[in-house]
Amino acid sequence: MARNKEALVLVLDVGPSMHSVLPEIEKVCSLMIQKKLVFSRYDEVGFVLFGSADTKNELTEEVGGYEHVTVLRNIKVVDEDLVDALQSLPRGSVPGDFLDAIVVGMDMLIKKFGQTNKGKKRLCLITNAVSPIKDPFEGTKEDQVNTIATQMAAQSMKMDCIIVRMKQDWETNRRVMEENDFLMSVFSNKSSSKVVYVESPTSLLGALRTRNILPVTIYRGDFEISAQLKIKVWVYKKTSEEKFPILKKYSDKAHPTDKFATHEIKVDYEYQSIEDPNKVVPPDQRIKGFQYGPQVVPISSAELEAVKFKPEKSVKLLGFTDATNIMRHYYLKDVNSFIGEPGNKKAILALSALARTMKEMNKVAIVRCVWRQGQGNVVVGALTPNVSDKDNTPDSFYFNVLPFAEDVREFQFPSFSNLPSSMQPNEKQQEAADKLVQMLDLAPPGKQEVLPPDFTPNPVLERYYRYLDLKSKHPDAAVPPLDETLRKITEPDVELLFRNKSIIEEFRRSFELKDNPKMKKSARRMKERPSGSDEEREEFDKDADAKAIDSMEYSSKTKVEKVGDVNPVEDFEEMLSRRDDPKWINKAIHDMKNRIFDLVENSYEGDTFHKALECLVVLRKGCILEQEPKQFNDFLCHLSKFCQEKDLRSFCQYLTSNDITLITKAEAPDSEIPEHEARSFMVKPELDSQNMKPEAKVENDIMSIYLGGK
Amino acid sequence: MSMELDPDEVFGDEEDDPETEFFKEREATKELLVYLVDASPKMFSTTCPSDDEKTATHFQVAINSIAQSLKSQIINRSYDEVSICFFNTREKKNLQDLSGIYVFNVPEREDLDRPTARLIKEFDLIEERFAKDIGSKYGIVPGSRENSLYNALWVAQALLRKGSAKTADKRILLFTNEDDPFGNLKGVVKVDMMRTTLQRAKDAQDLGIAIELLPLSQPDDEFNVSLFYADLLGLEGDDLAQFKALVGERFEDLKDQLRKRIFKKRRVRRLRLVIFNGLSIELNTYALIRPTNPGRITWLDSMTNLPLKIERSFICADTAAIIQEPPKRFQSYKNENIMFSVAELSEVKRVSTGHLRLLGFKPLTCLKDYHNLKPATFVFPSDEEVIGGTCLFVALHRSMVRLKRFAVAFYGSSSHPQLVALVAQEEIMTSSGQVEPPGMHLIYLPYSDDIRPIEELHTDPNSVPHATDDQIKKASALVKRIDLKDFSVCQFANPALQRHYAVLQALALDEDEMPEIKDETLPDEEGMARPGIVKALEEFKLSVYGENYEEEDSNIEGKVEPTRKRKANAMKEYGNYDWADLADNGKLKDLTVVELKYYLGAHNLPVTGKKEVLISRILTHMDSLGASSYGWHPCIEIFAQCP
Repeated sequence: MARNKEALVLVLDVGPSMHSVLPEIEKVCSLMIQKKLVFSRYDEVGFVLFGSADTKNELTEEVGGYEHVTVLRNIKVVDEDLVDALQSLPRGSVPGDFLDAIVVGMDMLIKKFGQTNKGKKRLCLITNAVSPIKDPFEGTKEDQVNTIATQMAAQSMKMDCIIVRMKQDWETNRRVMEENDFLMSVFSNKSSSKVVYVESPTSLLGALRTRNILPVTIYRGDFEISAQLKIKVWVYKKTSEEKFPILKKYSDKAHPTDKFATHEIKVDYEYQSIEDPNKVVPPDQRIKGFQYGPQVVPISSAELEAVKFKPEKSVKLLGFTDATNIMRHYYLKDVNSFIGEPGNKKAILALSALARTMKEMNKVAIVRCVWRQGQGNVVVGALTPNVSDKDNTPDSFYFNVLPFAEDVREFQFPSFSNLPSSMQPNEKQQEAADKLVQMLDLAPPGKQEVLPPDFTPNPVLERYYRYLDLKSKHPDAAVPPLDETLRKITEPDVELLFRNKSIIEEFRRSFELKDNPKMKKSARRMKERPSGSDEEREEFDKDADAKAIDSMEYSSKTKVEKVGDVNPVEDFEEMLSRRDDPKWINKAIHDMKNRIFDLVENSYEGDTFHKALECLVVLRKGCILEQEPKQFNDFLCHLSKFCQEKDLRSFCQYLTSNDITLITKAEAPDSEIPEHEARSFMVKPELDSQNMKPEAKVENDIMSIYLGGK
Repeated sequence: MSMELDPDEVFGDEEDDPETEFFKEREATKELLVYLVDASPKMFSTTCPSDDEKTATHFQVAINSIAQSLKSQIINRSYDEVSICFFNTREKKNLQDLSGIYVFNVPEREDLDRPTARLIKEFDLIEERFAKDIGSKYGIVPGSRENSLYNALWVAQALLRKGSAKTADKRILLFTNEDDPFGNLKGVVKVDMMRTTLQRAKDAQDLGIAIELLPLSQPDDEFNVSLFYADLLGLEGDDLAQFKALVGERFEDLKDQLRKRIFKKRRVRRLRLVIFNGLSIELNTYALIRPTNPGRITWLDSMTNLPLKIERSFICADTAAIIQEPPKRFQSYKNENIMFSVAELSEVKRVSTGHLRLLGFKPLTCLKDYHNLKPATFVFPSDEEVIGGTCLFVALHRSMVRLKRFAVAFYGSSSHPQLVALVAQEEIMTSSGQVEPPGMHLIYLPYSDDIRPIEELHTDPNSVPHATDDQIKKASALVKRIDLKDFSVCQFANPALQRHYAVLQALALDEDEMPEIKDETLPDEEGMARPGIVKALEEFKLSVYGENYEEEDSNIEGKVEPTRKRKANAMKEYGNYDWADLADNGKLKDLTVVELKYYLGAHNLPVTGKKEVLISRILTHMDSLGASSYGWHPCIEIFAQCP
């Protein structure tokens, strides 16, 4: 275990321009520490902030300078305090100097480890690098970075830099950014540093390697081009699924006071004779049987060993073929990397020559692999070139396993051109499809690809580890909903749909889907349901029933003086009907507004929306009755804006789908809202007031698209 | 709620998710299949080109296709039941005692039953024995009321009476090269016989039996399905056109074509692709490519060879009490046991609906070669529930092919929610038929958590060598020389699997000799020795390694030396101990680990592990030596002979 022990210094920019992404940084950094607590408990972590108002580091005491760099924690073994500290990062107030922070981080590693711990010292820098670094006392900034990078390489430290550049950053100081980007590239060329740029919170979560797995080779040896030419290669796993953790089964049988109880459950298998279930057959009297048709053929382990297919450990070239012969869907398993033996210049060169020529000629190599001696099968697969565009990275190959004849089922399907004409798209439909495929673009030119596998975290694992931490603090906590950032992975991007709404509408219009009258159940299945909404709906109904009963028992024994949490609708109506003092009307409207806000704000996966809607409906009715349309209209606009800002857009959708509108002139003469603007409360937050009206209408339309064009 | 959840499904290791899906589906729907093979003299007199440039009769082609499908069926779908029935035969053998019909079978097997090793073996020999035992004879001749085709359908239908149509797919596969079976009859007789035959076929179809025709034709005499069989199969309009397109004119590799059509495609599951909210289409998924593994292992009692029942029980590690109810799970975290209920864990995994949700499109270049984890799943549209879905799918498919883009979607399965790429595949046809069906392949994408930064590990601040233009040129000459033309992905049989099943077959039939299996995956050494290739190889070698390639090679060998030395030492020291005596008197434990390793080294056994492991390894080895010399298991000797 200790062999993989890693020393890491997190260097985080908390300057003002970083505040908007700090929530994601808190999530990803604390997740990394959580995983360390589970998988590598002996790793050591230090933690440096820059862009903070304070200054606290040894260098500033020793040599001066290095302001606004705060060492929040010296390098020590991971613990739970660190998780908590990372979950609530302080917000800084000055633009940070990342180079100062890097030097402080390096200094910490050097002081703690010196020359030891080679290759396991890592800095992890997260910044947007939009603030200039200070000019050095002598030489240029580039010289300075060069010196630091050289020192980093000499100390065999690695550095991962994640540069977070959201949209708004692009408009700020371009010159500074370009300079910083250049300096970063010096790091990546001169030392073992990796620099990645991310443009979305989702990518930020995926960009930081939260679990440090030391890759091991699955094969080291010859890649035999022929009997005469053998190239030394190392083969690694390039992809390997990070599984959902396998949890232990819990036993509560141990006495509650038993402090040493493991609570584990052992699984025991008994092999019983069919004739006599009480007779347990010991291992040496068991023999393996293999199914062959209806027969089961017994073969003892010794026999099996004797007849088994036993190829020699080797990797042999069978030949080259056109890449078009190997279709993508034939790739069968996870992927390996073939890389020249480190330090063996000739082997690296030989692979480089083959990779480059194969890329040029669009060829793949077919190879036969037996990774280990004693492996009972061979693997045939394709090598595809992975040509590096960086001087300090060798050319390599990806290896994908291909199927054998037995693995392929050649089912026949009708040609599309032979399908009946009713199933053939017409010109207009084809055009709509073309536009959709073109415009619903996740890799727009000049921008970063959306959801690239390399930067997309597994939402289930993210959710699991966050829940694990939550449960460690609140054992009875329910599973929190998937947060907005992770939801970007599982659901289409609202922004993207919005931008292409006319294309989407056109597509919808072009393809008319009809239930097949022969299939009855289809009608129900056709309806698109958001996750678990059926259950939730039932919950609502139950809730409503319970409320109804409540309210009957409640019936105005005393005069209502405020709109309460339990029966806001009844309270509100009760108060409005009080004619003893006109102040009750204003108080009722005021209280009701607050209730609605509370309900919406505290909603969990929309569980209170239904109730909020009920309140809103009576409020609207009340405001019309009492001739207070402005109160309601202002409130609705305010609420809508609030929801946009707080990422509660789903509530706005919910309102639209339930036809909640502003009170119009037709309904209440005091209203200033003409009929056609009844829905104009749906305002996108980023739009300024002058183009608010036309856009508001557009927003309204797009809403109807999400809601199934009703 | 928690009662409905199978805890194993939620917690289990779902490594073989696609496979288990595939196998589960197999057992749910069993197939009952009758091969109805025309054995008329015309089947023997008509020939067509075959694999090895020789010609084969239509009869041979049909027989070979069936033999091949039986072999793959016994491995992949051994629960399916088959029957082989010839019509237009001289001899008769069928329960109805109808003439011209011969149901082929072997002992210990019903006429319609799962394929057995013996059936496969004897069917392989049928050609030699056919003329003697069964014989070929026209069954429909003028002047006789006999109708062999009618009889054949009757017998096949009777065979398929077994099992209910709900739990089993029933099919008749008809192999014939006669497109006009009643062509030599005239007048009322002809009309009458055609009518009764069609009625017989319709009766069968009404009972849920599908009749499929595998016509054999030849270049100058194409099988004309319109003459008679279109009526029998009930083909009209689009269906007829489609059938003709599928079988028409592709006689070059008849066997290949038949093989593809023998297997009925089976849907794995139905998926809903949500394009936008409120707009979704129905897709069927198929497992076209799945690794085949040696079948499941059943533990047997070595005394009786009867299967054993495996009883699983949960035992509390603290109190040894047996636990019944599905327990909670826990993970150690921050020195505490954090508990989870089954429902909570499944809720964690439920990050989306169970559907496939379209997220957008990307150019194909974004799909890298390392974006892969497991076999792809094929999807094909269905209009079964919602009409119009196929049209929408076809439109998207065409756009994606033309614009070279793939769709990204989120597949919200309950056990394995995942991002997937949908890659449109155009239909590819060759002379032997459809090679790639039109549709989309669903490729499971890795997350960043699943991708390892291998290249980064090998970065070197002092820059690493990259090939020069000359080296690339030499490599290019080499690549051109060693070109596998017409390479097809599935051209190799899996040698390990072939070997495994050959051994099983031999053992099942009590054969003495172990069959030889050719390993098709070995490189073509003869080809590589051709002067052109050798020259290109030498030039490439010279350009990269210079003159001293051999030297470096021997350098590497030097590293191996220590093991060899150790081995020699072990051999020397081994003789100094009386191992049998030490073992008998339990004195092995008194030796040091170094000493124990002398034994292991001398016998080429692994030397890793703790002392107890080493001792038990030595004892096991001694046992096996002793045992085999007594010959307690005669099979060992047989196996020892085979390479």
